[in-house]
Amino acid sequence: MGGGPLPAAHYSSRGDTTMALDRWIALIILIMCTGYAYTAFFTMDDMLAPFMRRDPIWPSTFPKVLSVMGIVAALLIIFGFEKGDGQIKAGEINYRRLQDYKVGQAVILLGLMVAYALLLRPLGFLGSTVGFLVIGSVLLGERRLHILIPVALIAAFSIWYLVQEVLGIFLRPWPFFLGV
Amino acid sequence: MLEGLMIGLATAFSFTNILMVIGGCLIGTFIGMLPGLGPMSIIAIMIPVAISIGDPSAALILLAGVYYGAIFGGSTSSILINAPGVASTVASSFDGYPLARQGKAGKALTVAAISSFAGGTIGAILLMIFAPALSSVALLFGSPEYFALMVVGLSAIAAFAGTGQVAKALLMTFAGLMLATIGEGVLFNMPRFTFGIMDLQSGLGFITLAMAMFALPEALYLVLDPSRSKTEDGNNEIKDLRITRAEARQIAPVIGRQSIQGFLIGVLPGAGATIASFLGYAVERNIATKEEQEQFGKGSLKGLAAPESANNAACTGSFVPLLTLGIPGSGTTAILLGALIALNVQPGPRLMIDEPEIFWAVIISMYLGNLVLLILNLPLIPYIAKVLLVPRTFLIPFILFFTMMGAYIGQNNATELLLLVGLGVAATILRFADYPLAPLLIGFILGPMLENNFSRSMNLYDGIGFVVERPMTLGLLILAAFLIVLPSYRARRARIRAMGVADGD
Repeated sequence: MGGGPLPAAHYSSRGDTTMALDRWIALIILIMCTGYAYTAFFTMDDMLAPFMRRDPIWPSTFPKVLSVMGIVAALLIIFGFEKGDGQIKAGEINYRRLQDYKVGQAVILLGLMVAYALLLRPLGFLGSTVGFLVIGSVLLGERRLHILIPVALIAAFSIWYLVQEVLGIFLRPWPFFLGV
Repeated sequence: MLEGLMIGLATAFSFTNILMVIGGCLIGTFIGMLPGLGPMSIIAIMIPVAISIGDPSAALILLAGVYYGAIFGGSTSSILINAPGVASTVASSFDGYPLARQGKAGKALTVAAISSFAGGTIGAILLMIFAPALSSVALLFGSPEYFALMVVGLSAIAAFAGTGQVAKALLMTFAGLMLATIGEGVLFNMPRFTFGIMDLQSGLGFITLAMAMFALPEALYLVLDPSRSKTEDGNNEIKDLRITRAEARQIAPVIGRQSIQGFLIGVLPGAGATIASFLGYAVERNIATKEEQEQFGKGSLKGLAAPESANNAACTGSFVPLLTLGIPGSGTTAILLGALIALNVQPGPRLMIDEPEIFWAVIISMYLGNLVLLILNLPLIPYIAKVLLVPRTFLIPFILFFTMMGAYIGQNNATELLLLVGLGVAATILRFADYPLAPLLIGFILGPMLENNFSRSMNLYDGIGFVVERPMTLGLLILAAFLIVLPSYRARRARIRAMGVADGD
């Protein structure tokens, strides 16, 4: 991809009959804003102490304003009040052709991140980090394990050293049954 | 000012702080070169390190060094492999990459480094002149004005978002402001929107949010689309770093003009380095002579010098609202603001009076940082550029790992990692649909300040009356409304005109 114009296939119009993703997102945010507004307008003030009710500002005042403005902005997008230029920017991913991209890998890597989050404490930092780096690389197609494993080990250990010894933030290095 | 300069020199020239500048610039260059990690992600990753230093001046100097380094690194990868790591260096690849293809990579890098140096240095001089003046005005501001000023900042960011993007940017800003209300606020002793979840009591961590908004989507994009992390022609030999006297004479006026223009654009909230670099490129192309115009896009030195000096000057310019008003104008300065607050420093007009050593040390470190980039980084570039040869199978797991570490170290809490993944997926989907993410983060960081100033004004004036009682507040709020309505009004008028009879040529 050079600085010059891109091939025509790279652009696609958003004027389809189906509702575009940006409006679906606005709809979801609208629902969230409505929930937020409901809390701010109807449930939050119940816990307010009587003396605070005399104040000109309540904990719910600012959220109330925000929720109304958020709802208005979401509606503006849903009803297409503001027209975009309808083109996908160069270098961005065209979500309408998502199947052309490596979605599977991305999802598995995200799963791996969740597993890392859950295993970090029980398995210890060194084990889970080496595991994450090695499995992640292998998933992406790396097969040179004789390079990969030493690199992961060195990286995990040096980061642990940096965080625990230099920065002084506790990171349990070994699995829970080793007692550290 | 001289007195301040002296304090700054004394602070910045301590051994640790010089180390911080050098270290920051090197780390920034190194990581900034990697595709997928922009200055925002790098600074977010470095924040836990900076906070653990403890000394706010040293921390800010480190982060500022990382910032310059990252921009310089981004230019390097756009010149060498046409893969800009940062949006603000896209314009540098227009002429930088053709130069590299002609075997003049060394020359291109030197021009980039000199332009960045000049842009950054001229920017720092202007900052030194502008900031004290602006902060003496800002001292007259009370809570209502601050509130209004933040509203102006947020609406300017939305207004500069681009055609068809204003409503999206606004929605993202509101989403950020709403996310900021989660947890226990400063003013009220009650948890809000926590759904009874203990981990939400202290609110969302801003590093987690920054990682989720920028680093994680970029990494996922690298996974989804392997062509984004091309490394195949990163092996260009870099030699002959020298430029001739004639070439220097050719680019000097460009650098001068673009440094000033870039700085002024950088001061505006929301505009920032990306717009400055594109505008700088366009302006220089328009005012160049006919035969020079032919060269633009094919390896013109002027075409490389313009965006490079503009984006560096703009980066420096974006420090003006941060240091004088405490209002960030860009995603990066918003992250820096978050770091400052975590270090117990409140940027704003009082910063220069209360903690002059921080203010001036940052300015001095800007000169130092630019110097380090020029004399230390440039000769090292051929070696640092080897990082471009790291295969993506290694790169991506490491980027993901660093993203998680950044979020984890800040809070020492594994729930933060789950939040990171969840928010990161949401941010990626938002990016698919072309929603700008920086307004969300800026809204999130400004949220508590906005609410505090709003609440204080409400308490002072016993209601919303402060809006009409203080003319400056009213003026600023009208300006904010105008900023938001103007782009859609102009787009609408343009559309109506397009639908009607076409204008004759």
